[in-house]
Amino acid sequence: MKIAVQAGDFDAGSEIRKISKNSKIGAVASFVGLVRDVEMTLEHYPGMTERAIGKIVEEAKARWQVMDCTVIHRYGALKPNDQIVLVAVASGHRGDAFAACEFIMDYLKTQAPFWKKEQTLEGVRWVEAKDSDDEAAGRWTVPRR
Amino acid sequence: MQLKVKVLYFASVREKLGRDAEEIELPADVSTIAGLRSHLRARGGAWDDTLAESRLLRTALNQDMAQPGAAIKAGDEVAFFPPVTGG
Repeated sequence: MKIAVQAGDFDAGSEIRKISKNSKIGAVASFVGLVRDVEMTLEHYPGMTERAIGKIVEEAKARWQVMDCTVIHRYGALKPNDQIVLVAVASGHRGDAFAACEFIMDYLKTQAPFWKKEQTLEGVRWVEAKDSDDEAAGRWTVPRR
Repeated sequence: MQLKVKVLYFASVREKLGRDAEEIELPADVSTIAGLRSHLRARGGAWDDTLAESRLLRTALNQDMAQPGAAIKAGDEVAFFPPVTGG
């Protein structure tokens, strides 16, 4: 399991290969989040961020077969098309890998202490949290298995 | 014996308050996050305005998300911030 909160970029292909080396693993599902069309700065709460992501990964491991997992989230100044976040989950089969990957991403959106500040033509503004993110995380509160 | 709590502010809350962290003496009548929030609001001005809006405020206690009723004691770390927007 690897959890990293870093300013620098990451290589998703290399990270996926690192968690694919066990012959019991039959599936790796991954998600990469990107900056859309505005420059932004990502602030976070050092210490709590790593702790919150760790708890989300532990919860995913309790629900699905997660044989290995990597979560990398960047902070600091980011520009359009930059990578923000990687979640990659290795499992025996695709069902668990897909579900755990989506669960980790949905929970990260509402539980990990990151804040985006966008630099638009009109000026800088803090991005407001979306109700749809709470709803996405809420889907998982009913036990799935 | 430690008598203070560490209080942290992030993102828009930090900017509105003009402060990112402080250590404050825990008043005898403050035992929850909600109590600490009321205590800070009593400073008036931006403190009262920024910490008034419950919908836009989240709190953490010792680096875990926490509800307003969570009990706090000397030595704890409490953080106030807006709803998170990572990912």
